[in-house]
Amino acid sequence: MKLVLSWLKEFVDIDGSLEELAHAMTMIGLEVENIQLIGLAMPEGEHLEHQYSGLTWDKEKVVVAEVSEVMPHPNADRLVLCKLSDGQTEQVVLTGAPNLFDYKGKGPLAKPLKVAYAKEGTTLYDGHQPGKILTTLKRMKIRGVESSSMICSEKELGISDEHEGVIILDDDAPVGMPLVDYMGDAVIEVSILPNMVRDACMLGAAREIAAALNKPLRHPQPKLQGDGPKISGEVAIEITDPNLNPRFVFGMVRNATARPSPYWVQRRLRLAGMRPINSTVDATNYVMLEIGEPLHAFDYDVLKKRAGGKAPTIITRAAKKGEHLTTLDEAERTLDDFTILVTDTAGPLALAGVMGGLESEITDSTRTILLEGASWNFIHTRRTVSAQKLQSEAGYRFSRNIHPALAKLGVELCLSRIAEWSGGQIAMGLVDAYPKPHVDPLIEIAPEEIKHLIGISLTLQEVADLLTRLEFKCHIENAHVTVHCPPHRMDIGEGIIGKADLMEEITRLYGYDRIPSSRIADELPPQRANQQDDFERLVKNVLVSVGLQETINYRLTSPEEEARMFPEQSAKAAREYVELLNPISQDKRVLRTTLIPPMLANLEKNIRHAERLGFFEVGPVFLPEKNDALPREEYHLCIGLAGLHEKKHWDQKKNRGLDFFDLKGYMEVLLDALHVENAVFAPVEHFLFHPGKCSSMRCDEIEFGILGEVHPAVAEKYAFLENPVLIADINMELLLKSLPAVFRSEPVSAYPPVLEDLAMIVPEDMPSREVETVIRSAGGALLTDITLFDVFKGEQIGSGNKSLAYNLTFQSFDKTLTDKAVEKTRDRIIKALEDQIHATVRKK
Amino acid sequence: MEEKKDLIAVLQQIQQKAQDALHSVNSADDLERWKFTYLGRSSEVMQVFKEIPSMETALRPVLGQKANQVKTELEKRLELTHERIQQAALANNIKQQKLDVTLPGRQPERGRLHIATQTLQEIYRILAEMGFQVYRSREVESDEYNFELLNIPAYHPARDLWDTFYTKKEGVILRTHTSPGQIHAMHEYAPDPVRIVLPGMVYRYEQMDASHEIQFNQIELLAVGRNITFGDLRGTLEEFIRRMFGSGVETRLRPSYFPFTEPSAEMDMKCISCNGKGCGVCSGTGWLEILGCGMVHPTVLKNGGYDPEKFSGFAAGLGTERISMLRHGVDDIRNFWANDIRFLKQF
Ligand SMILES: [Zn+2]
Repeated sequence: MKLVLSWLKEFVDIDGSLEELAHAMTMIGLEVENIQLIGLAMPEGEHLEHQYSGLTWDKEKVVVAEVSEVMPHPNADRLVLCKLSDGQTEQVVLTGAPNLFDYKGKGPLAKPLKVAYAKEGTTLYDGHQPGKILTTLKRMKIRGVESSSMICSEKELGISDEHEGVIILDDDAPVGMPLVDYMGDAVIEVSILPNMVRDACMLGAAREIAAALNKPLRHPQPKLQGDGPKISGEVAIEITDPNLNPRFVFGMVRNATARPSPYWVQRRLRLAGMRPINSTVDATNYVMLEIGEPLHAFDYDVLKKRAGGKAPTIITRAAKKGEHLTTLDEAERTLDDFTILVTDTAGPLALAGVMGGLESEITDSTRTILLEGASWNFIHTRRTVSAQKLQSEAGYRFSRNIHPALAKLGVELCLSRIAEWSGGQIAMGLVDAYPKPHVDPLIEIAPEEIKHLIGISLTLQEVADLLTRLEFKCHIENAHVTVHCPPHRMDIGEGIIGKADLMEEITRLYGYDRIPSSRIADELPPQRANQQDDFERLVKNVLVSVGLQETINYRLTSPEEEARMFPEQSAKAAREYVELLNPISQDKRVLRTTLIPPMLANLEKNIRHAERLGFFEVGPVFLPEKNDALPREEYHLCIGLAGLHEKKHWDQKKNRGLDFFDLKGYMEVLLDALHVENAVFAPVEHFLFHPGKCSSMRCDEIEFGILGEVHPAVAEKYAFLENPVLIADINMELLLKSLPAVFRSEPVSAYPPVLEDLAMIVPEDMPSREVETVIRSAGGALLTDITLFDVFKGEQIGSGNKSLAYNLTFQSFDKTLTDKAVEKTRDRIIKALEDQIHATVRKK
Repeated sequence: MEEKKDLIAVLQQIQQKAQDALHSVNSADDLERWKFTYLGRSSEVMQVFKEIPSMETALRPVLGQKANQVKTELEKRLELTHERIQQAALANNIKQQKLDVTLPGRQPERGRLHIATQTLQEIYRILAEMGFQVYRSREVESDEYNFELLNIPAYHPARDLWDTFYTKKEGVILRTHTSPGQIHAMHEYAPDPVRIVLPGMVYRYEQMDASHEIQFNQIELLAVGRNITFGDLRGTLEEFIRRMFGSGVETRLRPSYFPFTEPSAEMDMKCISCNGKGCGVCSGTGWLEILGCGMVHPTVLKNGGYDPEKFSGFAAGLGTERISMLRHGVDDIRNFWANDIRFLKQF
């Protein structure tokens, strides 16, 4: 909302600097976004808390002047010469302004024209260049005529982008007065909070400012001479549903003539961001900007004609689904049943509270104006605004709830302005349909309640004084203040909600920055652990400790992106997705169902930036559920590796690519850190992975994950370098189930270990885990550790075989082991290997 | 006598010769050769020993003594030379082992949490010390929890505050804030007091640019109890900001609007990149909007299962990527989910 300083000053005295004003506004909830100076000087001070823009008008050089004659240019048709007085000297000033051509060659003007005059050396905006380019007026010759000063347009003075002609000031402008003193101004742009639509107007903002500065507020007063015949009998109102349309007020002006509004009106409208149209339309917009009530003017003669020459009856009702109306933006609109319509007996006239219809709109030839001020259900208005995608000043306000009291005040103010600016006679009286008057809330609030919720101690009188500043009617009764809401507030609730709302008003006026900080003195709640969060943190910290980098990806993706992880020839399983109704882009239109594709994309993206990549991500995947509108959010861990085993180094002799066992090693370290003891890796087939390099991970029959080398047919779809890419996908919830509740430590033996090697030949396809299981169970308690240190395949041991070599560690907790004792255990192990898996053990 | 004198002179000559030879011994090999020549079995000294038994009995002790003396002396010198050579070799070795210490070291791989996670964990740590515990809830939410129970009815103008992603299922949306967790937590904990931090990913339908993302982490604080005040809210947030940004950071509280709080406020922090003098980060104002907050709206308390006549509470929320950006001078929020290792490894 653009607030015009001079307009605010009509309602409240503002003596401080702009900077102080803006600060006070921000601190009361009217957050100032920026300030545009219209001629005023930039505030002084080293650091300004607000953003300023705009042009300062030099007091000496930019003044009010009067043009007494407009003469033709001897050598140029498109230029005129103006005889001008700035109160000190007479000048002849050259201009090309089309709006002075009407006066060309008419000799001395009966009524001189008041203009904004800039003398030589003035810095202002260049009117002929787009945007705001500063330029300084210099003496020059144009077509043989000397020129050093100019009559200014709004664009040149930074008032608006208007450069069609020069400004013609109102007749009362005092010649010679510095222009900044006459009409210097500032536009303060504030953001209006959704519950503060009452402040989306000059009076509302001025009320807040008056309250903040503790100054009185001056209300605008309609001047209703009521010199025309009565309105009653000319029009009837029928409100079908007071819930949709609580109030509807008509006023009338006869014999009005639309013409350009006074310059100061046009200027204010422009500064507030609206375009002046004509004196009648401007009057409705002016009042809307002034008090916040949008108004609508009908051409009464059109309505009467539609009613067959009789007094029209205006009916407000909900639209029928599919009903049509052409709005004044010339769009034909198909309506919904929540849209409220203003109709007459012949059909729809206007989208209530949003936009008028084309047919009954006032035109330059309108003579009798029927002026509507009404109050509309804000929810219905908002639905219409969003369904029709129709943003309007009226729609903006009515969809935020406007008090019905303003309907009447708005009509009265607007009638007097139309009469003033367009002429004509105001019909006596109003037609006011207000079937169910709004009841402003009455709330009791006690200082203890304020102390209890806000933490400040106020007396009854202080509470009443603060609220009175915002025009709440307050009565002190015993231990509380009874507060009656003023007839412009729709944001204050009843009962306990109303109390909370008043607390905000009181605190706002007291000053948020004066609230004393305190530490919570309330009882500490029962402390509860968050197992999921703790577990995730543990997993992440372990993975970080072994050198992996965490990634976080968009949860939004596309089915095509996820399909990249399927080998080309595999049948793509149709996946169910949580689909967005309003995606921001096609590649982000569903929620992911797996962490793997983003991981592959991360590896692909970075593979040229580092020779070794080790990533992990922990996060949810979103799986639609048959019997629940909400998807299951399943947390997964994905690990991805690609590149070289070691980072390159200057004295490195040899290096190899990361492979399956590197990834498995990370998993083993993680499981070890989590004290998951009985995890089992077993070969498995999965479309993503190389069929021979893929393993499932299980623990007590719960399969919690899968890991492997990405299938070459998948890898070739990504721009990976030559090394394999490895992926593990773990279901965090299932893994969490495998965690022991507690884990125990083991004592460390004080006796020396005996180390032995054991090598054997077994069939090639014998899983190493099976061999270990035999060794372990035969080794008994004395066998404390077993490490595979060599795997060998070759002709020497026969094809179809492999040789496995283990380090065995024997140790006792109560004595130094003798060779004999170790020998016995070793023999037992060998026998078990020979008997159970037919291994050929190399004897010592 | 002559014989004896002769042999003694010979021994002296032998000793002299051996000692002279030792001077030019500079390596272990030379020393080995010298030892063979002057102390070996066939060396001259040993020859003298061999001749002694054939000498007159009376001469034998003197000669024997002298020969022993020479041998011992040469052995002692052998030992000293051995030491000298060893030390020289060591010194030489050390000299040759000199490294170019300016060559780069072999760095082990360092793992890192994503910067977003680092910031979240730091926030958790600070808030945990202040008694707030992590409470997480789902990211795909019902309209009811995301809006209605938070006092944001359908079509209410307050809905304009959030640009929402809707799913194709009626009433199912991507949460626009972590606030639905307030209701979930209150339902779970009522009538116990509550002091929690609600973290996680939230979604906004926005055009992405350097400061707008469609997905970002938010944290919210929620405290509900019988005596929670606006002053507590202010004190708690100030403490949090100080812990997060440093003890000297100045903050201010100003009125704002959120449908689920009343009174509502926004907290600004003196710009940490210009110290409040005005810069690009703070758009020249010297202040940074850092979080939104307020006292829990009576309707929300009621929807959560608390009697608003007896209970009060405060809530506050902030986007944590913005915190990371401010603290580390990241100028484009789109860096966070791009997962470029060159960005990630800086943290
Ligand atoms: Zn700054």
